Amino acid sequence: MKRKLVMIGNGMAGVSFVEQLLKLNPGRYDVSIIGAEPHPNYNRIMLSSVLAGEAGMKDIILNDWDWYRDNGIALLAGQEAVAVDAAARTVSTNGGETLPYDELVFATGSLPFMLPLPGADKEGVIAFRDIKDCETMIETAERYRKAVVIGGGLLGLEAARGLINLGMEVGVVHNSPYLMNRQLDETASRMLQAELERQGMKFLLGKQSDFITGEERVTGLTFKDGSHEAADLIVMAVGIRPNARLAKNSGLVVNDGIVVDDYMAASLPNIHAVGECAEHRGVSYGLVAPLYEQGAVLARKLAGADGDGYQGSVVSTKLKVSGVHVFSAGRFADEPGTKALRVQDDLDGIYKKVVFENGKVVGAVLFGDTGDSSKLFSAIRGGKDYTGIEKEVLFGPSGAGGKAESATDLVAAMSGDEIVCGCNGVTKDTLVGAIAEKGCASLPELKACTKASAGCGGCKPLVEAVLSATLGADRVAAVKEGICGCTPLSRDEVVGAIRQMHLTTSKEVMHVLAWRNTEGCSKCRPALNYYLGMAFPEEHEDERESRFVNERNHANIQKDGTYSVVPRIYGGVTTPEDLMKIATVAEKYRVPLVKFTGGQRIDLLGVKKEDLPGMWKDLDMPSGYAYGKSLRTVKTCVGNTFCRFGTQDAIKMGVDLEKKFERLNTPHKVKLAVSGCPRNCAEATIKDLGVVAIDGGWELYAAGNGGTRVRAADLLTKVKTEEEVLAWTGAYLQYYRETANYMERTSEWSLRVGLETIKRALEKPEDRDALNARIDKALELTQDPWKQIIENDDLRGAFGVMTATVGAQAADGK
Amino acid sequence: MNRVVVGHISEFPARSGRVFRAGTLELAMFRLSDGTVKAVENRCPHKQGRLSEGIVCDHHVYCPLHDWKIDLHDGRVQAPDEGCVDAYPVEVDEAGNVILFLKDEVEAKVS
Repeated sequence: MKRKLVMIGNGMAGVSFVEQLLKLNPGRYDVSIIGAEPHPNYNRIMLSSVLAGEAGMKDIILNDWDWYRDNGIALLAGQEAVAVDAAARTVSTNGGETLPYDELVFATGSLPFMLPLPGADKEGVIAFRDIKDCETMIETAERYRKAVVIGGGLLGLEAARGLINLGMEVGVVHNSPYLMNRQLDETASRMLQAELERQGMKFLLGKQSDFITGEERVTGLTFKDGSHEAADLIVMAVGIRPNARLAKNSGLVVNDGIVVDDYMAASLPNIHAVGECAEHRGVSYGLVAPLYEQGAVLARKLAGADGDGYQGSVVSTKLKVSGVHVFSAGRFADEPGTKALRVQDDLDGIYKKVVFENGKVVGAVLFGDTGDSSKLFSAIRGGKDYTGIEKEVLFGPSGAGGKAESATDLVAAMSGDEIVCGCNGVTKDTLVGAIAEKGCASLPELKACTKASAGCGGCKPLVEAVLSATLGADRVAAVKEGICGCTPLSRDEVVGAIRQMHLTTSKEVMHVLAWRNTEGCSKCRPALNYYLGMAFPEEHEDERESRFVNERNHANIQKDGTYSVVPRIYGGVTTPEDLMKIATVAEKYRVPLVKFTGGQRIDLLGVKKEDLPGMWKDLDMPSGYAYGKSLRTVKTCVGNTFCRFGTQDAIKMGVDLEKKFERLNTPHKVKLAVSGCPRNCAEATIKDLGVVAIDGGWELYAAGNGGTRVRAADLLTKVKTEEEVLAWTGAYLQYYRETANYMERTSEWSLRVGLETIKRALEKPEDRDALNARIDKALELTQDPWKQIIENDDLRGAFGVMTATVGAQAADGK
Repeated sequence: MNRVVVGHISEFPARSGRVFRAGTLELAMFRLSDGTVKAVENRCPHKQGRLSEGIVCDHHVYCPLHDWKIDLHDGRVQAPDEGCVDAYPVEVDEAGNVILFLKDEVEAKVS
């Protein structure tokens, strides 16, 4: 027989507790929740976004109705608990229901504190606490103009910001001489005030409210100093206090909040309290993180699991007030015996203050840039002694003369909800959870479970650091990572087998090398197709179905399923005839967007797949391969053709390079550039291969990148003639083709194999000749894909859509 | 159930997708290596990618936009992602006609 758990309150703290309980022990309780608001659990912190019009009610729901139903929770929404009979173990509601319980949880939250001012009962005087208040404010803004917010704390400022967004004039009244005095020091507060004034907020600081004027509806607010402020709406946001009236009436011990012990037990048996309504060691918390910690403690207890009691929380505040980021934690005020490190930058509106006592960080305030917040918060909680190296806390070991922070340090300083993998939005908590609950013990497992590092891969070192920090470095399984999940074999082993056993189709490779999935996956199929074509250009028949969509359709797929078309414009040099042709085609096919690319050519975006072959035919220009793992562009500057600084003919060099190496299959895209003098206007030093003219010769730069990870290219060699530029480029590209991993840019490849290895491979003329002979063979076999498709009915047909009229008998296809 | 002859098997290159459109309905149809043809909604549940352009491995297709893997037998998205697309029965008769079966409610939607 299941035990009955009744919870009074349906807010964030309570529902989070229930979620944790269900995770730990889903079968133990029948759960009933009594919630006074007619809504499921929503994110109260986001109310200001609702007010600001940035989010609707739907967007801030944390647990929708289905969640309650799916978890078998009876939700009495819109009902209030009115009495608890602790002897009979029942709760009764104003809806006339009486619920028996085995365990009762108070999660009644808090109530806004209403100043007992004369006139506070007038129409137009409200709090800012729930959805209903938001609605009142939105309605009021439609009919009235002037609002006064009492309270210059976070809640008050959020309300004020929301009302400004709604088009009202807003004055903020605060009794202290500066804003948010509980979260900020005076300097940060003044900076905040200046920024908010710039946004149109008015402040009445150091003012004591006396009484509210008006007949039925409010007309204004009079202060103790006799001054008066007109108002059509007064929002009281001076604070909250625990909602503990029912608990008190039920016979529980209540101070400000419901008094609980370290396991969240109230003073009568089988009754507990969590969240803002509870008072633990004399403190009631109003921030989410401590409330969740309390919920976790109670969930463990009621699930029957062991665990430490709640020890109280060091609170930090990290918020965004009207677009300004602020953070504070601990004891940030200057006191006798403390020393502060301050950084103030009025130009960028940034202020940082770290307070030390006996070498330990005891508090901090950040304004404008809160990037250091997790680091500072862990420093406060960790209690490490920084005597002598205090400045490292803000400036890092490098700033204080040491070396840069490692991935391990970065990860250690991250809070749980910080995102580690930006491509797939994976947080540190998700990773830690997958390691703890799903038993992920290696990078590939973690990647398969969470998708972390499965996007651009830039976060791989961080993901690895989370793994070793969570498991301990010695427990991380050293899994040999194959080229994909289908095989444990590395790129070199696969390519070695292809060459040795003379394999010429993907099917053979997968069969001979015992692939786990008989037809591979989206990772290995394109890779094998590339390796086979590189190893045996004449025998391997290109496998179209293993090509990524862009290379199959010879156009770039866009997010809406349309494509972009980029014709070849050699060296970025065009003619009026070509431009007219492009313009005519763009008009004929109603191309929605015509744009210059970064590579000196023209992009026609938003083209339907069906229209591609027709457009190519009308354009009658070669494909620019803007979609391919291939030579993209050769960017050039004007060179000595027109430029007074030019030392060589950069345009001709660029056009010659592009004509020679276009259509080449490469492991990843390849971008080239030629600059006519060392001023380097073609930005050649961030290209896969950059050529820079000098007086009497050329410099060749290798393995630069201007994309994911910017990298300046390294000098490869200096040559005298244009023929030598072509020969070195050919040898370099072929060496890259033969030794790089599929999908590895030259910049990553060069770091992996080493620049010296590349230089050695290219230093002897006979080696360069051999590489050039092989690249020439590969180039010889290429042909323009657009022309090929236009001329081949089957290839062209695949671009069409099949249609049928449904309803007619055996409607005709195509 | 409504029978629609979509075309002939020779119009379907192996392990490649074709788009079939009728009214507002758009399906991605694939001829697998075993000769069978599969049809699913042409819309990845993630960001509406056109599945017809994905790489086909056995009875799975990988969405071309963000590499979600979808089982063509039942339309289910494979872990670690979650979701589902509608799958439609398809038969290839002895003459090589590719026949698509649409449920009646789908018919109402397209005609």
